[in-house]
Amino acid sequence: MSNIPEELKYTKSHEWVKEEDGVITVGLTDYAQSALGDIVFINLPEEGDDVTAGQAFSDVESVKAVSDVFSPVTGKVAAINEELLDNPALVNEDPYEAWLIKVEEVSDTEELMDAAAYGQVCAAEEA
Amino acid sequence: MKLLFERSRSGRTESLLPPCDVPLVEFDAGSLRAAPPRLPEISEVDLGRHYTELAKQTHGVNDGFYPLGSCTMKYNPRVNEEMAALPGFTDIHPLQPTGTVQGCLEVLAKTETMLCEITGMDGMTLQPAAGAHGEYTGLLLIRRYHQSRGDTARTKIIVPDSAHGTNPASAVMAGFTVVSVPSNAEGGVDLDALRAAVGPDTAGLMLTNPNTLGLFDPNILEITRIVHEAGGLCYYDGANLNAIMGHVRPGDMGFDCVHVNLHKTFSTPHGGGGPGSGPVGCKAFLADFLPAPRVDCKDGQYRLYTPARSLGRVRTFQGNFLVVVRALTYLLTLGKQGIPEASAGAVLNANYLMHKLAGAYQMAYDTPCMHEFVMTLEPLKAETGVSAMDVAKRMLDFGIHPPTMYFPLIVHEALMVEPTETESPETLDEAAEIFLRILDEAKADGASLHSAPRDCPIGRPDEVRAARTPVLRYEFGVAQ
Repeated sequence: MSNIPEELKYTKSHEWVKEEDGVITVGLTDYAQSALGDIVFINLPEEGDDVTAGQAFSDVESVKAVSDVFSPVTGKVAAINEELLDNPALVNEDPYEAWLIKVEEVSDTEELMDAAAYGQVCAAEEA
Repeated sequence: MKLLFERSRSGRTESLLPPCDVPLVEFDAGSLRAAPPRLPEISEVDLGRHYTELAKQTHGVNDGFYPLGSCTMKYNPRVNEEMAALPGFTDIHPLQPTGTVQGCLEVLAKTETMLCEITGMDGMTLQPAAGAHGEYTGLLLIRRYHQSRGDTARTKIIVPDSAHGTNPASAVMAGFTVVSVPSNAEGGVDLDALRAAVGPDTAGLMLTNPNTLGLFDPNILEITRIVHEAGGLCYYDGANLNAIMGHVRPGDMGFDCVHVNLHKTFSTPHGGGGPGSGPVGCKAFLADFLPAPRVDCKDGQYRLYTPARSLGRVRTFQGNFLVVVRALTYLLTLGKQGIPEASAGAVLNANYLMHKLAGAYQMAYDTPCMHEFVMTLEPLKAETGVSAMDVAKRMLDFGIHPPTMYFPLIVHEALMVEPTETESPETLDEAAEIFLRILDEAKADGASLHSAPRDCPIGRPDEVRAARTPVLRYEFGVAQ
């Protein structure tokens, strides 16, 4: 059973979302990193790039496949986690610490789930 | 084993170059390298041994069963090689006057005609060098078509979530945005999702049928109709043509353009032995956009010409010409009777093997398959910790190339098995026994499979480290 912290929000496409003072932090969930397997490469946007709710902003490559990561919000990239570019394994080691991007000037947000609802999504995918 | 660079000794050579019999040409200094390239210097016998040693560490169709799903690793008949080695095909130059290479042009024209007949298309280019290159070329045709009508708002290509990864990649390369549509419970395209996805921005749909689950989509006519009514075109990815050639034609399913993989369906070498070839065919209304030059025949003379609104070249000269010679040999060898027999055999072999495994392994979809089938090892992994990767690696110990792993992405712990028609019942029986034996091993001692293969020249490589810190260049002076 994967780790789903209570205090975060989640998307159907397995991103976690944290909001602090209007800035949105986005990362990959424990379920996502476990399904992907060992991550070997992460592509991130640049600071100042626009992201759109429901559209891919990053791709992660594991030994199994390359997968898109979708933005839960529309806005502007305030920061990227540059550490991941050199050490993508951090997402496998601690997915809730290894955030991908922070987004500001948020104008639109996808429908997000709480931990309980996201837990059911993961359970359904495993069935 | 030693690399060529490590075997190199100064002054050692093969002496294979004949004396120069044409005038020497001096290059100006600006065109010359500052230092000569550090090429390995090696004798013929050592070079031969190097490649023989490499060959012993690999697995090809000539070594054993190769059920790599979606790759159609069928046997490459020797007669193909014999034809491709004829001096009339090898001792020519692509810039020779067409009057002196009529036979070669006839090969191109004949191959085009036969592939058009099999796919239900009206015109074709043989230039693309592989499948993805064909996809890209086909998408450029679609782009040109919309542009020629001033319909510039069509920027989106629809791709099902079971598609080959090359489909969305080619669409992006050709300047489109990709829209993914989900599969329904039967593994086909979800029609409601497709209806919701199409619109005035739809440039086209990319689809392979049978799809990557090895299932023929029974709604195919409805699918292409929905796209056409929205003003889009339909592209057929010929990756799985081996299941249907001679029985059903993409053109009759409603597709406007296709690519075929000569290195899959038409028995030319696939993989390290390539190169590939991915001809692109289209309906008549797109033929004017095809890459130049094309071949036609007037008054008994074959000639090259540029179509009226050609999108230009996509490859030098005529593409991988000798691959086309091999494919034509295959087409002529099998003929009108043999082509449909080959695909019927491919479907029969896949169902035979699937049936033998179905009691023990869990199939992703519980229906008869086409030329390949997909199993999910998720229950096995939950029970024993043995993954699709572990089973695949263990197969190498028994002289079988593993099936495709972890694809399609919509099936977890997937193994995708495509036996092809060129395998005998005995080979399939043996493979089934090995699949079942590995399952027993997984249940008895799952941990032992994590280190498979055990008896191969190379054990389990560290794929994660190889991907994270790839070493792609020889470091002079370090290893010597």
